[in-house]
Amino acid sequence: MSGTWMSTRAWLLMTPLLAVMIAVIGWPMVQTVGLSFTDAKLVGTAGTFVGLDNYARMLASSNFQRTLVTTVWFAVVSVGAEMMLGVLAALLLNQEFRGRTALRALMILPWALPTVVNATLWRLIYNPEYGALNAALTQIGLLDAYRSWLGEPGSALTALIVADCWKNFPLVALIALAALQAVPRDITAASLVDGAGPFNRFRFVILPYLAGPLVVALVLRTIEAFKVFDIIWVMTRGGPANSTRTLSILVYQEAFSFQRAGSGASLALIVTLLVTLLALAYAALVRKTAGRAF
Amino acid sequence: MERRSLAFSVFIHMAALLLAAVILAPLVWLFVMSISPAADLSAKPLRWWPQTVDFSRYALLLSTVANSAGAAFTASLRNSLLVSGMATAAAIALAIPAGWAVSRTPTVGWSLSLVIATYMLPPVALAVPLYMGLSALGLLNTVFGLALVYLTILAPFTTWLMKSGFDTIPREIESAAMIDGAGLWQTLRIITLPLAAPVMATSALFAFLLAWDEFFYALLFTSDQRAKTLTVAIADLAGGRVSDYGLIATAGVLAALPPVLIGFLMQRALISGLTSGGVKG
Repeated sequence: MSGTWMSTRAWLLMTPLLAVMIAVIGWPMVQTVGLSFTDAKLVGTAGTFVGLDNYARMLASSNFQRTLVTTVWFAVVSVGAEMMLGVLAALLLNQEFRGRTALRALMILPWALPTVVNATLWRLIYNPEYGALNAALTQIGLLDAYRSWLGEPGSALTALIVADCWKNFPLVALIALAALQAVPRDITAASLVDGAGPFNRFRFVILPYLAGPLVVALVLRTIEAFKVFDIIWVMTRGGPANSTRTLSILVYQEAFSFQRAGSGASLALIVTLLVTLLALAYAALVRKTAGRAF
Repeated sequence: MERRSLAFSVFIHMAALLLAAVILAPLVWLFVMSISPAADLSAKPLRWWPQTVDFSRYALLLSTVANSAGAAFTASLRNSLLVSGMATAAAIALAIPAGWAVSRTPTVGWSLSLVIATYMLPPVALAVPLYMGLSALGLLNTVFGLALVYLTILAPFTTWLMKSGFDTIPREIESAAMIDGAGLWQTLRIITLPLAAPVMATSALFAFLLAWDEFFYALLFTSDQRAKTLTVAIADLAGGRVSDYGLIATAGVLAALPPVLIGFLMQRALISGLTSGGVKG
């Protein structure tokens, strides 16, 4: 068969997907770009052209800067903790002990639990009057009086990060475990014969197998954490005193709560640009990890 | 394997117990809340195990008596099933031809890469135009409109999975069938699609889970029982004036059951699916 016909046929088969993607992603994206240069409201008039005003105003606003810091903090701490806990859990699950298969199956549970259910569950656990965390800590004597974990700016973000980690570290663990099981037995055996200690064995024998899959997990989790909305909306709606407000929550407030579609669009595009830059930086990292022989 | 010292063995078992407790404690507590009498949940000191087991909230939420908490919940359950089902079916229908085309004709692969790159877009970047578009088409607050929007998330994902699935089916099998006189459509129908059936099932289950979990678009584009999904109904319960925390927990348990069952069912596929991209680099 000729190459031209092959490629024409391929394009024909791609058409339904591409048409739908243009309708639900491509065209809306073009409209968002258009809106970002206007002062349009969510309902009513189309708005007038204001050039780069929205961008300048958003970038200069203290709301945006503070929200950016909160988002970066949320992403770095939660993803960092998920990676560490995930690798530790995977190293454990790679050992032989009774009940290992059952424990590995349990790791599916937090992953499968819907995000909103997870958020609701932790909201109940952190409840200031009847929550299990308050009850448990007072009953074992670690806490004198009940606290409002999600109601105090000092603890709300940390409480959210714990809830997010609990749901997501098991996935990292499963990915890391699959990578660990790909390490050939004779290589670990040989390193033992050569007298490598536990640390050197991890660093030089096991880590090279882990690095690739872990970097992929890191990329996906960071992008997710940067876009985070659901868990925060259900648990705190960005409060108290905006201490848990991330970028997606800020865009939602601007575009839908205050109905400022124009400046909301410019903010959304700033977030998109940040995520894209992050992804490009990571892509470079992936290429580097893949190319390095350790 | 190296011989383990007793101390190391004890350490491993303690760590395994700790991990199991960390995973299980919140989940068990969710279930205990759902079967505890309301008085036990607001007792101080908190009662960790109910004196009498109370399953009445499950009956309450699953009842369809008009204007009850049950009616709202069962409506959202039906909406979630409809939206997730429709969006999954549409995503698979788009993914099969596109996935096969990219798998057999790598020169068009860049267009799929572009589609997959949309994963980076935060949903808030599309929300305003989608809202305006659905409003213009009269599709706001309909399960059909929401299912259409879910294709933004589901279609790139299923196409990528189907493409990887078709990659594992040797094209020589297809060529052999064609040499024997089968046309392209016949070959696909008789040879390729049956071989791709397991991948199709896995992709569909993943897509269903993604749609079942979705909250942001559902929050924006639905407003009452005609289209509100489970995630929105639960967020309403959690943020509302409900004074019985057990009822919120019960709704959570019910919403979690389908994905948890699917998760257990496809453990193996899940692990290989999540790692294949990474391991191959």
